[in-house]
Amino acid sequence: MSSSSSVTSVRTGPWADALFGWLAKGAAWLTLALLISILASLLVGAWPAIERYGLGFLANPVWDPVQENFGGLVMIYGTLATSIIALLIAVPVSFGIALFLTEMSPAWLKRPLGTAIELLAAVPSIVYGMWGLLVFGPILAKYVQMPLQSLFSGIPYLGALVSGPPVGIGILSAGIILAIMIIPFIASVMRDVFEVTPPLLKESAYGLGATTWEVVSTVVLPYTKAGVVGGIMLGLGRALGETMAVTFVIGNMNQLDSLSLFQAANSITSALANEFAEAASGIHQASLIYLGLVLFFITFVVLSLSKLLLLQLKKNEGAKS
Amino acid sequence: MTTTFNRTMLGLTAVTLLTAAGMAAAQDVTGAGASFPAPLYSKWAADYNKATGVKINYQSVGSGAGIRQIDAKTVDFGASDMPLKDDELAKKGQLQFPTVIGGVVPVVNIQGVTPGQLKLNGQVLGDIYLGKIAKWNDPAIKAINPSLNLPDAAIAPVRRADGSGTTFIFTNYLSKVNTEWKTKVGEGTAVNWPTGAGGKGNEGVAAFVGRLPNSIGYVEYAYVKQNKMTYAQMQNKAGNFVSPDDTAFKAAAAGADWAKSFYQILTEQPGKDSWPMTGATFILMHKVQDKPAQAAATLKFFSWAYKNGDKTADEMDYVPMPAGVKTAIEKSWSEVKDASGHSVSFK
Repeated sequence: MSSSSSVTSVRTGPWADALFGWLAKGAAWLTLALLISILASLLVGAWPAIERYGLGFLANPVWDPVQENFGGLVMIYGTLATSIIALLIAVPVSFGIALFLTEMSPAWLKRPLGTAIELLAAVPSIVYGMWGLLVFGPILAKYVQMPLQSLFSGIPYLGALVSGPPVGIGILSAGIILAIMIIPFIASVMRDVFEVTPPLLKESAYGLGATTWEVVSTVVLPYTKAGVVGGIMLGLGRALGETMAVTFVIGNMNQLDSLSLFQAANSITSALANEFAEAASGIHQASLIYLGLVLFFITFVVLSLSKLLLLQLKKNEGAKS
Repeated sequence: MTTTFNRTMLGLTAVTLLTAAGMAAAQDVTGAGASFPAPLYSKWAADYNKATGVKINYQSVGSGAGIRQIDAKTVDFGASDMPLKDDELAKKGQLQFPTVIGGVVPVVNIQGVTPGQLKLNGQVLGDIYLGKIAKWNDPAIKAINPSLNLPDAAIAPVRRADGSGTTFIFTNYLSKVNTEWKTKVGEGTAVNWPTGAGGKGNEGVAAFVGRLPNSIGYVEYAYVKQNKMTYAQMQNKAGNFVSPDDTAFKAAAAGADWAKSFYQILTEQPGKDSWPMTGATFILMHKVQDKPAQAAATLKFFSWAYKNGDKTADEMDYVPMPAGVKTAIEKSWSEVKDASGHSVSFK
């Protein structure tokens, strides 16, 4: 009796279903509406700059607020170069961390190590920035840049790659700091997806005599590739958008004199953070918003590329079987 | 029952308190802008609140944002480190007045060089930031520092990465004294720097200079004094080498013709004791006020600050305006009027 009454009391009319449906639909549309309105307001804000410079803005290496000649090439280059360096370092390291945690770590170490990595993700970015400026930069200058400079001096391309005043500030420092910042994200996503690989598949492979590496490369990775790519993209997204830590160590220099890894440069987010508050309204502000729009576009392209990559992987899968 | 009653009472009390706060807020004055005078304005606001109960809410958002906010009338006063030209002010229907004076000081990190030992002039300073003088033992530097043993090391110039009034004063000075700087770089809160690394804020530049051997940077005077940084002496318009201090800033301010206009940039001023990189910080207000009560409250605050705030300013290493200038400023306030054309009373 009591159970049946509780059932009837839980039951709701069909209107609740409809309401919930509308709410869910509304939430989904809201996201889309937000995205479009952000894009629209960026376009409106950047319009004076778009009108004046057009796409030439992307290829112009000059950023001169006094003469009102603005171009985004230095910042775009800085953003892309630092993010690529960060990924080059972070992906192998994160893969190693995830692999160790899921396949090789003794059980007692798993939890403390996993928690430690997640804690790294919680460190505020300004702390990384200050550490990079005050501690890491000098170490990099003294023990990496100076030896490399004396080693490569006189060699054409390599020498140019490490030239510049030995201050430990520039593209490479920013890339390494970014790598440290995104490792926890990529590693914890990779670990989580590695863990969902059915033990049955792994045990079978081990049973057939496969080594740990063979199990990971032929069973775990193919099974989890969507998650792995997703984790890398999450890290890349963070690297592209990181502001405070980069501002501290990139040197904030709007000149593209050399392609040296140790050259002070600038990134889109860093330029925005530094100049927006003091930018007089008009073309300076519009150019900064144009930079924001470019960043939006870069992020969009990166996401699309990752989707394409996943589709490609799926296609190959079909061809094999 | 009692609990319900208590809760209701609590709720009622909270509502009453909130309403009271809301009513008090109607008299609050809000301002926004320059970050350089922000510590002083906050201290003045706290003291003023203690003395009168009126709250002054100052947001340190940067001069550019301060100008935007006063243009949009979202604040009662704007603050800028860079004065607006008189015709621009007239076009906007605003007036401006200076509050305090500060100085920009070159700081260096050279082994064996103590504060005030190194001497520089505008030509050399400009050439360093242009990248033309690249080593500390350059003949041009040696010529004005014959007794100083300067190293054969590359100079690492450091400057502000963020747009700032400090940069404006610095580049305005260099444009006045170095012709190549004027044509190649120019003046502004942010410029196209030919060389050097950028630090964020005075603290960022100070951190760079402290950390990089053989570097040079420029920061606000208060920052030099509080951190005991190695400053350089500068040659002023009269040809004398001076050290940055209150008297040198006051000497620079005294030379300006404030009676003519408050648009005064105090760099490279005449006077044998003047510090060449001096600048005032400014307040912007609309001349015709939709909310005369707010304008009156704002002017009352600054009137109080001119009368009672000098000691605080001194303690915080800002230089108060000379007495004659203060009188001229208060006289200019008669231009702040309500919609019907009556001057707003601040007495």
